[in-house]
Amino acid sequence: MKKLFKLILILSFFSLNSSQTFAAEKVEYLKTDWSFKGLFGKFDRATLQRGYQVYTEVCASCHSMKYLSYRNLSEEGGPEFSEAAAKAIAASFEVKDGPNADGEMFTRPGKLSDKFVMPYDNVKAAQAANGGAYPPDMSVLVKARGGGVDYIYSLLQGYEDPPSGVTLDDGVYYNKYMYGNKIRMAAPLSDGIVEYGDGTNASVEQMSKDVTTFLMWAAEPNLEARHQMGFKAIVYLIILTILVYFSMKKIWSRVESEV
Amino acid sequence: MSDHDYKPKSKVGQWFNDRLPLLTLANHLTDYPTPKNLNYWWTFGGILTFCLITQIITGLTLAMHYIAHADMAFESVEHIMRDVNYGWLIRYIHANGASMFFLAVYIHIFRSLFYGSYKSPREIIWILGIIIYLLMMAAAFMGYVLPWGQMSFWGATVITNLFSAIPLVGEGIVTWLWGGYSVDNPTLTRFFTLHYLIPFLILGLVVLHIWALHVPGNNNPVGIDIKKPSKDTVPFHPYIVIKDGFALLMFMIVFAFFVFYTPNILGHADNYIEANPMVTPAHIVPEWYLLPFYAILRSVPDKLLGVVAMLSAILILAALPWLDTSKIRSAVFRPLYKQFYWILVADVLILGYVGAMPAEGLYLLIARVATAYYFLHFLVILPVLGFKERTLPVPLSITEPILGGSPNLAAARHRESKTK
Repeated sequence: MKKLFKLILILSFFSLNSSQTFAAEKVEYLKTDWSFKGLFGKFDRATLQRGYQVYTEVCASCHSMKYLSYRNLSEEGGPEFSEAAAKAIAASFEVKDGPNADGEMFTRPGKLSDKFVMPYDNVKAAQAANGGAYPPDMSVLVKARGGGVDYIYSLLQGYEDPPSGVTLDDGVYYNKYMYGNKIRMAAPLSDGIVEYGDGTNASVEQMSKDVTTFLMWAAEPNLEARHQMGFKAIVYLIILTILVYFSMKKIWSRVESEV
Repeated sequence: MSDHDYKPKSKVGQWFNDRLPLLTLANHLTDYPTPKNLNYWWTFGGILTFCLITQIITGLTLAMHYIAHADMAFESVEHIMRDVNYGWLIRYIHANGASMFFLAVYIHIFRSLFYGSYKSPREIIWILGIIIYLLMMAAAFMGYVLPWGQMSFWGATVITNLFSAIPLVGEGIVTWLWGGYSVDNPTLTRFFTLHYLIPFLILGLVVLHIWALHVPGNNNPVGIDIKKPSKDTVPFHPYIVIKDGFALLMFMIVFAFFVFYTPNILGHADNYIEANPMVTPAHIVPEWYLLPFYAILRSVPDKLLGVVAMLSAILILAALPWLDTSKIRSAVFRPLYKQFYWILVADVLILGYVGAMPAEGLYLLIARVATAYYFLHFLVILPVLGFKERTLPVPLSITEPILGGSPNLAAARHRESKTK
């Protein structure tokens, strides 16, 4: 038992170690209840659908999401739009395709199998349109930031006037959660910037939560399947472990020694 | 294995076994006399075999979908995560599997240090183990490069640049390793090739490691030589098989928890940003299992000496059987060594901690003290301790201990309380 305790101590040391790396630079992030945390964590469909709306109406004008396809929007564990709705969403985008039989490139309405259309043709074009800063691709953005969802959620609400003594260049904004506090993105959200179809009040806080949840799903589209399978796997392993434990006791009872 | 006069029962078996004695081998593995007082720290050998096989199987599957190209590697990993059936599961098992592998190997190594398993006649087993450990680090490092994220790219840059510390030929060696003038596509493709190769080298060495083990047999918590087979031993099957199986299942529960509930906690967020040679991350940190050595590297102000110190920290382990002058194997009978052992454990954990921190101020000071102590332990304390330490009396056998005390103290107490 003492040894087990030591093992747990060592284990917890390492998990502490990795999560507290560079703790000195951390600020307290805003907290909210994420439905997808915990052993049985799931996404809330309505939140994801609203989050998609915020993404597509606000974020997508600068940020790409190049690893997602329109079909993902109707897949299980995601926003679960009906297939017809997802088709309609896809068709609302113009996709460049080709070359056709004449060797010409052409545009056509999007299909379910298409990847999300990118706002810019390439990184250079994106930088040129944004004062030299590249708006990062959002496919795995949540996993690419140390604070994860809490960081994104806080950042979206972290815009404020710079404290005295801080001068900002043109096109640079002050955000108390940004690394170094200077960010090239203007505050993207303001109350009522989108109009939710389900009547939810589009406050900055509400939109931040919705879009961050959507980004979490975009980064981890299999999160629900993972949680469900994890629970089954661990329950199965525990039952098997108990059975093997008693078999072991029985077998070792023939020997005068402890196991 | 010559001590076996095994004759298969069936005619076919005999015919086959005369030509290729696989059945004799199987019989040897089944009957293999194992000390009956092995505790759970001895189950990590089996657990490590499981880890290796898991990494190979998941790795083969990933390699079917992964594209080793600087422009496509990151995307192909996302393709695995999103479009390949259960690709997320396979990748998370593989990525966390590396961490679990190292967790198990560190326990395995520190078990060996505590019970003196590296001492005569088991030096070759120990040295084979150190080579396996070195190869594991190489495989893990190169595997971490493959997703071609920011930490992959910059980690590869930092580590390969270490070779530039070699006088005269250093720069040339680095260019040769890279296959160009910076970490780029040629580096990625060769790392992929080597990452694919090394596990099979490890597998071969594991066979030798076990073969070498089966010559003298297992060490045990009491650390004495035992007669085999005797009242002190049990056949490997079913006794050790079921016990290893039980421990493995416990290990798998921890493993599963990481895979299913915190699959990214042991990785670094920056590795979900695609590699960009123009942008250096704020902090370049290796994976947790390399941190103690990273701390040693950075604690030396000179680059070449830092590399030498880091390599020595690993290679010094290979000389351990001769640095430890004590005739007694198990720390159970070495009261002073036992204390120094736990100080060493703490020292390595501290090194790991400061390895994750920026190399400045107090962290750097702690790293330097801990590095100095690490070498002090192996180069001074261990050799001297062998001569100075007053060890406790060692029992003659596991079942018939002298001086009234059972080597398996817990078992003895348990029996006493039953008879009272």
